[in-house]
Amino acid sequence: MATSSGTAIITLPSDEEILITRHFDAPKHLVYRAWTTPELVTRWWAGHRGTMTSVEIDLRVGGRWRYVMAHGEGSEIAFHGDFREIVPNERIVTTEVFEMPGVDEGPEPPLNVVTFTEVGGRTRLELLVQTGTKELRDTILESGMEGGMQEQMDLLEALAQSLA
Amino acid sequence: MRSMARAATTTDAFNAVAEPRRRQILDLLAGGEEHAVNDLVQRLGLAQPQVSKHLRVLREVGAVDVRDVGRQRLYRLNGQALKPIHDWVSSYAHTWSERFEALDTVLEDLKQSEAAQKEHGHGHQ
Repeated sequence: MATSSGTAIITLPSDEEILITRHFDAPKHLVYRAWTTPELVTRWWAGHRGTMTSVEIDLRVGGRWRYVMAHGEGSEIAFHGDFREIVPNERIVTTEVFEMPGVDEGPEPPLNVVTFTEVGGRTRLELLVQTGTKELRDTILESGMEGGMQEQMDLLEALAQSLA
Repeated sequence: MRSMARAATTTDAFNAVAEPRRRQILDLLAGGEEHAVNDLVQRLGLAQPQVSKHLRVLREVGAVDVRDVGRQRLYRLNGQALKPIHDWVSSYAHTWSERFEALDTVLEDLKQSEAAQKEHGHGHQ
């Protein structure tokens, strides 16, 4: 688990929130670019779980985003939302809806508040997921487990080895 | 693990800690020492029947152990029973850790291409 990179810290600040904090060894304008550029999101968002088959980002307030990931035998999962607030290199607020049959979207979808803070050339990224209800928060945490292939292999190491 | 997410009974650890007062009791016991019921009643400022009710739920899921010493019932935390909750949150963290590790690689590339651009701008070859 331990790598030279930062470790994501997850806390539950309230019954309706999940906060993920992570440091990156890069200035914030690059983290922001990697976060908001479709070709770059394609390279990291799926992690180990599959491959991105579609990443659409209309980066303006009211604009829509949609990510589709293929994993396993041809199954796809998709997320979409719209941008509520954009402060370049600083802060993004979006809605996030998991497109899955049987999952109730609810009247007000969860809100993701992403902030990028630069400290000495490094960036602290905070992703606050506001679910509105405890039930939805718990469902989201559960979905992390449902899809959770528990492989211990470190993607970073694998990439480094493939480059060697 | 998969089945655990589905098996949302009234007597699993998740349900047991969903109640704020029960979380308070677990916090009080988190130091590892045994506490008598009266002690917990005093610290929580609740009526004894309420505290006993919460303790019963916690005992049912194994989150606390109890033993009788003379006329006192002593409760202590059993952290093992709360491990599913820890695992549950960890797995969510694992999803994001994977993403962030991949993002590290992307950022490394961006830094390099930015450095290369600067180099180019200075007319170096």
